[in-house]
Amino acid sequence: MSKHSDTPAPEVPALEVRGLSKDFHSGGLFSRATVRALGGVDLSIGRGEIVALVGESGSGKSTLARCIARLEKPSAGQVLLDGTDVLKRDRFQASKEYRSRVQMVFQDPFGSLNPVHRIEHFLTRSLTLHRKAGTPAGLQTRLEELMTTVGLTPDMLNSYPHELSGGQRQRVAIARALAVEPDVILADEPTSMLDVSVRIGILNLLCGLRDRQGISMLYITHDLASARYLADRIAVMFAGELVEEGESLDLLASPAHPYTRLLVSAVPDPARTGSYDPSARAALRAAVMEPASCEYDGDPQQRCSASAPVRHQVGDPANRHWVRCHLYRPTAAAAGHALATEPLDEVVSA
Amino acid sequence: MTVSQTSLGSSLPVLEIKDLTVKYRSDTRSITAVDRVSFSIGAGEIFGLAGESGCGKSTIANTIMRLLRDPAEIAGGSISFGGRDVLAMGKEELRRFRWQDVAMVFQSAMNSLNPVMTIGDQIVDIYTTHAGYSRQESLRRAAELLELVRIDPARLKAYPHQLSGGMRQRAVIAMAVALKPSLLILDEPTTALDVVVQQEIMAQIKDLQHQLGFSVLFITHDMSLMVELSHRMAVMYGGRIVETAKAKDIHSAPRHPYTQALMGAFPPLTGPRVPLTGLADGVKFSNIADLREEAPGHFVAPVSPDQIAQNQPALEGAHP
Repeated sequence: MSKHSDTPAPEVPALEVRGLSKDFHSGGLFSRATVRALGGVDLSIGRGEIVALVGESGSGKSTLARCIARLEKPSAGQVLLDGTDVLKRDRFQASKEYRSRVQMVFQDPFGSLNPVHRIEHFLTRSLTLHRKAGTPAGLQTRLEELMTTVGLTPDMLNSYPHELSGGQRQRVAIARALAVEPDVILADEPTSMLDVSVRIGILNLLCGLRDRQGISMLYITHDLASARYLADRIAVMFAGELVEEGESLDLLASPAHPYTRLLVSAVPDPARTGSYDPSARAALRAAVMEPASCEYDGDPQQRCSASAPVRHQVGDPANRHWVRCHLYRPTAAAAGHALATEPLDEVVSA
Repeated sequence: MTVSQTSLGSSLPVLEIKDLTVKYRSDTRSITAVDRVSFSIGAGEIFGLAGESGCGKSTIANTIMRLLRDPAEIAGGSISFGGRDVLAMGKEELRRFRWQDVAMVFQSAMNSLNPVMTIGDQIVDIYTTHAGYSRQESLRRAAELLELVRIDPARLKAYPHQLSGGMRQRAVIAMAVALKPSLLILDEPTTALDVVVQQEIMAQIKDLQHQLGFSVLFITHDMSLMVELSHRMAVMYGGRIVETAKAKDIHSAPRHPYTQALMGAFPPLTGPRVPLTGLADGVKFSNIADLREEAPGHFVAPVSPDQIAQNQPALEGAHP
């Protein structure tokens, strides 16, 4: 194989994204208008690390995953796998080698499995396409191994998708991703369509894959509690840009960006004292939108200017917790688009 | 069982369900989806019904609205609404009962709007059909209704696809309260929405409930959300209610092992990271007994020792 088969230095992250942007064409055939879905995202996923990407619908989380999976063509930026820019190497579409190392698990297990095939078909296809099958006897062993890994019984190989529950189907989708022995799994809201009773099971499965097989993962969700449960680090996305990132527990315990605070305040929590306060919410929203002075700006070590770094470290450096300066924000239009849950006119103009 | 009324509202419950049993029959087998379920909802009370998929909670909602179709069959029990027998209602009475007395917001409510009619026309439809107002009067009221859920009345001319998911959901809720029903059934009203929108919708419902004073039957599987919103709640498993009490009591001290497992299925947002177990594999119950009052207002189905024995949760994948 290529140079990528030799083990790279451990400090090189498994997957890294640098300045990734994506503009979608909008309007009619002759329109030149674009919508910016991603505006220069920098993110790295270490080996055997789970990074959660959280944010509201429309913040660009899925677009980022689809760009990394190369289902969308990024407008600019780099995607580095073991330090090599794959966008430059395979310009037009992902190579099979790339696909065998980066796999995606989709949100909807009801739509991601073709109903006319047995479970065996999905796994066999992955194995043969990527030449991981070996001998027929080896194939059978591998199939059974995959089923056991994801917590299903081998006799389900003969079932059709409709015979399985949502949770079981999602396990099949995960087994299909595992068949090619990937280094990185991109999981796009893998539990949001599933019933409560099976969600934790899927999260534990993903957790086990990291611990036992050292697979790196990008876990996309809007459920902060599950992100905290599963992920080592959490990155918060707002209007196509990352606004805060840090070690999971530390980030949720001391969110620094107003948008992160807004997200945290929206999670139902029976243990919370005091109830929903619309004016507090409005203040948070305004803080997200309004160009206010940055609370980290007073730090002479970390001056924020138009050209200088816009990331400020929060707390202990060991937690790698940073926040973007409040002065640095997406354009009001982009932010308004992402926060389209309330009439925003007054907030934007404020 | 007799459920003592809460301090809220009058002594007469708005809705009273007694020993309701619903079966789905086919040629080969019949499944009891709802098994001898009893509960009542007082005036102005928010009553929550929690449980995993397939536990029968949506079947109960559909039974109250009399929306059940073959092969579903009401095998026993009674539903009384303000003293009237819902199960005995005739066609015309049922037509008035639906929407005027009891309104329902369905699970995929965002998609329950007609895509080829403007929001305004759909609301006007309610008023002209059910209340017999003129079109002009209906339009005026429709505008008021949108203002109630904080949508700009100019949006009356908008089609559903021109609104965001949260706005569509609010429009649907506005339509549900259009005729000032005394009971609003919410069947997983926020499952398709994301967190920030979800909380705003729930705050909206609470706000409306405060203004209009209707009772709410709130169905969800999200225990955290339910505890935050409901006054009283019931937990269902396999068609039976296993525990019912004040929401605060269930949150602070769940007594039935299933309730405990359900509460434990949601990772917390604070405190240390502890491994959790899923529900589906580890927790199974059969022959759930009738509820017993274990503390004032706290009813629990007693669990026999042999039921406990088979409930050793199976750990899947350890967590650091």
